[in-house]
Amino acid sequence: MNLLGKLDWNAVPLHEPIIMGATAGMVLIVVVVLGFITMKGAWLYLWREWITSVDHKRIGVMYIVLALVMMLRGFSDAIMMRAQQAVAAGGAQGYLPPEHFDQIFSAHGTIMIFFMAMPFVVGVMNFAVPLQLGIRDVAFPTLNSVSFWLTASGALLINVSLAIGEFSKAGWTGYAPLSELQFSPGVGVDYYLWSLQISGLGTLLAGINFVTTILKMRAPGMGYMRMPVFCWTALATNLLIVAAFPILTAALAMLLLDRYLGFHFFTLSGQGNQMLYANLFWVWGHPEVYILILPAFGIFSEVIATFSGKPLFGYRSMVAATMAICVLSFLVWLHHFFTMGASANVNGFFGVMTMIIAVPTGVKVFNWLFTMYGGRVRFSVPVLWSVGFMLTFVIGGMTGVLMAVPPADFQLHNSVFLIAHFHNVIIGGVVFGLMAGYNYWFPKAFGFKLDERWGKASFWCWFTGFYLAFMPLYLLGLMGMTRRMQHYDDLTWQPWLLVAMLGTVIILAGIACQVVQLVVSIRNRDKLRVGSDPWDARTLEWATASPPPAWNFAVQPRVSGIDALWSSKQRVLATKGESSPGRAYEPIEMPKNSATGFVTAFFAVVIGFAMIWHIWWMAGLGVCGAFVTLLALAFRRHAEFEVPAEQIARFERAHQAGVAA
Amino acid sequence: MRYRLLILVLISVALGGCSEGILDPKGPIASAERLILLNALGIMLAIVIPTILATLAVAFWFRSSNLRASYRPDFIYSGRLELLVWSIPAMTVLLVGGVAWVGAHDLDGRKPIESTAKPVAIQVVSLDWKWLFIYPEQGIATVNKLVVPVGTPISFELTSSTVMNSFFVPQLGGQIYTMSGMVTRLQLQADHPGTYPGLSAMFSGDGFADMRFTVDAVSDGRFAQWVRETHDTGPVLDARSYADLAKPSKAIAPYTFREVAADLFSGIVNTASATDNPSQSICSTSQRAER
Repeated sequence: MNLLGKLDWNAVPLHEPIIMGATAGMVLIVVVVLGFITMKGAWLYLWREWITSVDHKRIGVMYIVLALVMMLRGFSDAIMMRAQQAVAAGGAQGYLPPEHFDQIFSAHGTIMIFFMAMPFVVGVMNFAVPLQLGIRDVAFPTLNSVSFWLTASGALLINVSLAIGEFSKAGWTGYAPLSELQFSPGVGVDYYLWSLQISGLGTLLAGINFVTTILKMRAPGMGYMRMPVFCWTALATNLLIVAAFPILTAALAMLLLDRYLGFHFFTLSGQGNQMLYANLFWVWGHPEVYILILPAFGIFSEVIATFSGKPLFGYRSMVAATMAICVLSFLVWLHHFFTMGASANVNGFFGVMTMIIAVPTGVKVFNWLFTMYGGRVRFSVPVLWSVGFMLTFVIGGMTGVLMAVPPADFQLHNSVFLIAHFHNVIIGGVVFGLMAGYNYWFPKAFGFKLDERWGKASFWCWFTGFYLAFMPLYLLGLMGMTRRMQHYDDLTWQPWLLVAMLGTVIILAGIACQVVQLVVSIRNRDKLRVGSDPWDARTLEWATASPPPAWNFAVQPRVSGIDALWSSKQRVLATKGESSPGRAYEPIEMPKNSATGFVTAFFAVVIGFAMIWHIWWMAGLGVCGAFVTLLALAFRRHAEFEVPAEQIARFERAHQAGVAA
Repeated sequence: MRYRLLILVLISVALGGCSEGILDPKGPIASAERLILLNALGIMLAIVIPTILATLAVAFWFRSSNLRASYRPDFIYSGRLELLVWSIPAMTVLLVGGVAWVGAHDLDGRKPIESTAKPVAIQVVSLDWKWLFIYPEQGIATVNKLVVPVGTPISFELTSSTVMNSFFVPQLGGQIYTMSGMVTRLQLQADHPGTYPGLSAMFSGDGFADMRFTVDAVSDGRFAQWVRETHDTGPVLDARSYADLAKPSKAIAPYTFREVAADLFSGIVNTASATDNPSQSICSTSQRAER
């Protein structure tokens, strides 16, 4: 018996120069980063302050760092695909053979959805939601850390697939029967399945955590109709996560059973039903779209209201629209496969439902418009992203409704028109929103603003790059170009694909500007230092210091209306700013740091890797290790510690002095 | 403004400059689908373009440096505006939703095309990675090449010998999936003689990019002549030669079979769903996609 299962030296693709180059680059970066940490002697600091931290702000920042790193990985896949399609015209085969090209588009989709967009969204919610609710942490802080580290485990496994073995060649949707053992005998699909199962578990736990937090832990006085809109969208998103992610986990588990134990859920033989996989995947997949976009809507609502110097127009409408989208998103999944041969009634129903979901979305756009109307719009970087979003998203929404018309979809399905559409809403909606949120909340997280000039340069590169990269794809879709083509014969397509390539390069420049923005801002941080409320904002996160102390608020805020901070600022203005310098503080109970998340994730990686390579003993060890970790957590004596009142008072005095100065 | 220009430029280029694709339809189904596409697009542009312009105008006019713009921080609710804001997208969706509902029924792949001519039946099998077309009435078959008479409805029955694929001839009309063990249906018709590209629109593995075929639309006379010529040459398609054909291969040049074993197609559909367990009942599976 082979102790290492299917694993041997052949698993490392030494004969593939492109893959080995990428692997070498990745290893080099990791070595440099680890070396830098060692040189600075920062290991203990990292372990204490970040890796074992259960502080929602720290976890949020780590989620976002993970997302930004994975964006670089996913983007390199994107630029490789664009380059391949720019050259592989006529008889030419380009530089990527099909088996490599297929892995790249599968990895691009998987990484961008699960390991870029999802961690970014969860990270922003982690950072902002408890602060906006006026509370000290999420409901289950240690669980929160477990969620993050499980997501990171999945990301790690996907990147390991580059160096050891291969990634899935069945697309990010992993449609059966192509993803079954019969057609994908390699370990690629197993990498896909195990990394999604592990990170999906993390996401589900995060969803449970946030639903509990928002429903049960708001500051005194913050009724549902006084919650900031971002919290509403976060609530809707996490409800969707809790309802939808188990479906994905179940569907992927069925595929795992097919592949590992000879089950016949989706196989060609033994009465398997391939249509079931498509249905299950998209019953999760469509709510997933709204899991990503709703928090972005929330960010735009905060940003547009803040920078217009006005409350959000039609708050109740916005809340209603958010919850309507939340419910309706479960009634539209079949529009992903109108061409599967369902009856006209079924297609018609799902087409109409899909359009109905556009109504609350349209309402939101108009409400943002009316929020700016009568405002004083300051065109800072977050506003640029928001206005750029409004312009771009309506186009993406329109093409989406277009494809919700079944006969139009018969023609556009699986074409690059579809690719253009969902990049239009995901880049133009989700990514623009996350960038707005990143620029908006950065000063709260670190106490200094991001550089405006580089931020604006980045926005304009992304914006023009997006249009150049994806408008040609709309056109090519109308010309009959289908997605996922490793090469094509039609030479009239090539000029447009070259334009798309150029657009991608401009987006690359935008990403470069972002990196420069971060570096420049860190360097000039003393000049960019800000107080607690740099944007003259409206919600509670801006009431505490930047960066906030671990306990967020020295005294639990009491809320008496929407836009709690704004109304209290108005009151202070009215009473000529009476502060309370000599007030007494009470000790605060805070959760202790815990290595549970990190250790669990370590064992999750062991289990995933072992299962992928059929190393059964190692998987067993991993399961035992994870279980023992759980026991250790369950039996610990002290889960909390007390922050003494003097420490809080000292921090508050220093903070007040800083504000006064 | 630049977006509207961009869209207009793109649309006009697409409409004017395309020699193929879905904006240059050659049959009634594709024409109807293009009409629906453009109608829906037109209805939505009527609302999307003003929204884009209004966004730009409002954002520009209410910039903080514009001292002439009035500051109204208490403008946060207006019942009338809310009504308007909900009803504009609702009305649009009502219109487009009607288009969708009616269109879904009119252009259902099962619904026969109304015509005086008797439809030609063609059975389609997607293989790794090529297309097999069986003409059951003529008793011939082709690989990666379709020949159809102009002005006659073609009634397709489709299945797959392997993974899911999607049968798509953009200039004749929309696509339909092919799935193993199941039969899907599609009706197309070519109104103009010519050669039109066809392809698989559903990723199916390494040979996917070469899974293309051509559709030759010819006159009735030429079609009859082609059928006669095909009967004279080429191999016979029976269970054994089909097994050879079904083995994975890429970028196959088109060729024809002079004779096809009867009920080969239904055999492909039924065996696909019953390979492991012959004792099991297989009667229901071929109908699943149609229920």
